[in-house]
Amino acid sequence: MDTGTKRQFKQIGTRPARPDGVDKVKGRALYGADMSAPGQLTARILRSPHAHAEIVSIDISAAEALTGVKAVVTGKDLVAQDNPSLRDVQENILAMSKVLYDGHAVAAVAAVDADTARAALKLIKVTYRQLPHVTDVDAAMAADAPIVQPGRSLETVPPGMSANVTNQCQFGHGNLDAGFARADLIVTRSFTTAATHQGYIEPHACLASMNSDGKADLWCCTQGHYNVRAVCAAVLGMEASQLRVTASEIGGGFGGKTAVFIEPVALALSRKSGRPVKLVMTRDEVFKATGPTVATSIDVKIGMTKDGTITAADATLRYTGGAFPCGTVEMGASAAFAAYDLAAVRTIGWNVLTNRPKEAAFRAPGAPQAIYAVESVLDELCQKLNLDPLDMRLKNAARKGTLSSYGPTFDDIGLVATLEAAKRHPHYHAPLGKNQGRGLSAGFWFNFGGNTSVSMTINTDGTVSLQEGNPDIGGSRASISLMAAEELGIGYDKIRTIVADTASLGYNDITDGSRVTFAVGLATIHAARDAIQKMCKRAARLWGIDADAVDWIDGAAVPAGDNAGKFPPMTLAEIAASSHQTGGPLAGHYEFTADGAGVSFGVHLCDIEVDPETGHTSVLRYTVFQDAGKAIHPDYVEGQMQGGAVQGIGWALNEEYIYGADGRLQNAGFLDYRIPVASDLPNIDTVILEIPNPGHPYGVRGVGETPIVPPLAAVSNAVARAIGVRMTSLPMSPPRILKALTEG
Amino acid sequence: MVTVTLFGSIRAHADGMARVQVQAETFKQLLDRLVEQYPGMKPQIDRGVSVAIDGLVYKEAWFAPIKPDSEVVLLPYMQGG
Repeated sequence: MDTGTKRQFKQIGTRPARPDGVDKVKGRALYGADMSAPGQLTARILRSPHAHAEIVSIDISAAEALTGVKAVVTGKDLVAQDNPSLRDVQENILAMSKVLYDGHAVAAVAAVDADTARAALKLIKVTYRQLPHVTDVDAAMAADAPIVQPGRSLETVPPGMSANVTNQCQFGHGNLDAGFARADLIVTRSFTTAATHQGYIEPHACLASMNSDGKADLWCCTQGHYNVRAVCAAVLGMEASQLRVTASEIGGGFGGKTAVFIEPVALALSRKSGRPVKLVMTRDEVFKATGPTVATSIDVKIGMTKDGTITAADATLRYTGGAFPCGTVEMGASAAFAAYDLAAVRTIGWNVLTNRPKEAAFRAPGAPQAIYAVESVLDELCQKLNLDPLDMRLKNAARKGTLSSYGPTFDDIGLVATLEAAKRHPHYHAPLGKNQGRGLSAGFWFNFGGNTSVSMTINTDGTVSLQEGNPDIGGSRASISLMAAEELGIGYDKIRTIVADTASLGYNDITDGSRVTFAVGLATIHAARDAIQKMCKRAARLWGIDADAVDWIDGAAVPAGDNAGKFPPMTLAEIAASSHQTGGPLAGHYEFTADGAGVSFGVHLCDIEVDPETGHTSVLRYTVFQDAGKAIHPDYVEGQMQGGAVQGIGWALNEEYIYGADGRLQNAGFLDYRIPVASDLPNIDTVILEIPNPGHPYGVRGVGETPIVPPLAAVSNAVARAIGVRMTSLPMSPPRILKALTEG
Repeated sequence: MVTVTLFGSIRAHADGMARVQVQAETFKQLLDRLVEQYPGMKPQIDRGVSVAIDGLVYKEAWFAPIKPDSEVVLLPYMQGG
């Protein structure tokens, strides 16, 4: 690990055992489907068999009459929303007048067992009037395309475009014409990327229980239980205080569990039946009706001089986030060229409606696709101008003081250090064999902060109970405990961090945007300092000196200097033991909106071999270089880097949503939607760089999203160099590679 | 007065200008002044925007201070996964 951090930490940067490890290894961790309640019912959802259709009528009478059925609900059982974004969520949860994609939920049943619920679904009579559909982003922009939802175009869309185009955005600076005129070579390419699923192993699951007095409890797997509470309360017409949501352990989310799909349905069924209701999605439902990524079509044009200087860069991005308006293209258009110091740059983004499920986030939403296209064109320019691809990137790399392509000027950033680390690494200089190629790509993500609450109790035995409100999807309980231990000056094993329910702790934004280690960590540091201040006051009173004359060093109150008096250090445990006699229980709190998250960059190196007989690509070696700012628990940082790389490799080589001519999803299962497994991959090597984020006292940057950004282009560039053909559509599945080899 | 750099698609509501000047000392004042001076920006601002002040992105902090010489960039509301 390269380290540039000057502060000497006692516990930050160590690798203690993960707090959830024993539970998970022994199978005792409770996931969404593990919660049960006495008298619970089982729920099932009826889904549309059509890509696009008007709902003429729904007759639930026969289903309601079936013995064992306790409740049936449709979209009419939810409260219609005025806010367009919330209305989209509501109509995605249960369709109203139209079904907008294959798998769109139409009705739901709660019954005494699953067999009865399934039988009842078959008794629900839905009369549809089928409508023309469109699932391809470019086809949906055509003037004569079927209209998915009329009237959804924002004021940013020029007149005359298809009503499927809902939003346009643009970023950039400088004179493109002058920049391209200075270029010795201009490459223009068009690319497509398929929609992919986050591929979390745990399906969405929940248990809802609403009493006749209107009070309700909900247990679910989610990345943001406060958001679940807000959505459920709105669409069920409840007050937030009457609904307590508890997040379970989570079997993967990667952005896909930031959205709400089934929880309001379970609550509505519980309200109607008066019984607890458990609802667990099947894998087929997860693929068809939760949120995959956007599918894209992207044009990139870049000019370069013979010495490798980028003179101008232009991209047009067309994204579809399915049947509802989606802002992901704004993130892609902002991120596309962020890694480079450019005098002239422009990105234009369009969002387009199609008859696909409503997009959900997937690690760095929108950035991997855009940067795949940009980094592919840069690699082609390097090939044609005979330039070293790492040197070219170093020559053009964004650094402190660079005016970014999306607007702000960068402060301290780690791209140059990351590229230099890759250049020094033995991987970059290792020899390659026949049919093998090496690719590299840079990547970027913004990282965010957001609304955060933390509370910690100083127990009388000298231990600490810490409550955070963000589901732990990547090791946050360990990282938060480490930061609390560092501030308080006590052992990591003296602290237990839990994820509190919505009734027990102040509001927290969703676990997304790589925000938790940064924002919750920052709140934890401040909460610890709040507790320390209170403990110093207790020591001061016991010593009979002024509170300002007490410092906190190595887990104990000490006199601030000789003038303060001579007293032996009073440890946290000692202060806690007498707390009930010195003023009452001790605790620390902090609630705020965290700002100052630092952007992060990564560079990935990938060696592959293509079998010319089958078109199969084997990944031989893979190394991830990333600026983490400061790695609080390096095991988890490395895990994020490895996981992002693996998901990106799958995206590049195999994963895609395949729609038939009827607009229905053809591969809604892991047999036909193939994610990489351990036997497909080499060990993913990692190199953590630490260029401190000025916006965090320990220098932390988010790390969870950046590592999925570079793999698409790193793998694609490696394939291009191995087979001598530039492929422009992802995934590069064996049949497509064979076709490329045949057609050249 | 602070100078605000506008992202491309909102410039249409400021006579095509990439930069505008407003009297603002906080994020909230910035949004209010922009809507007053350029009413066409209101739909976008109502939907949500972020602002980068001296390189740091703020999404909701209305009281984030802005100095007269701060670099201020208006951005769409940013989201992660």
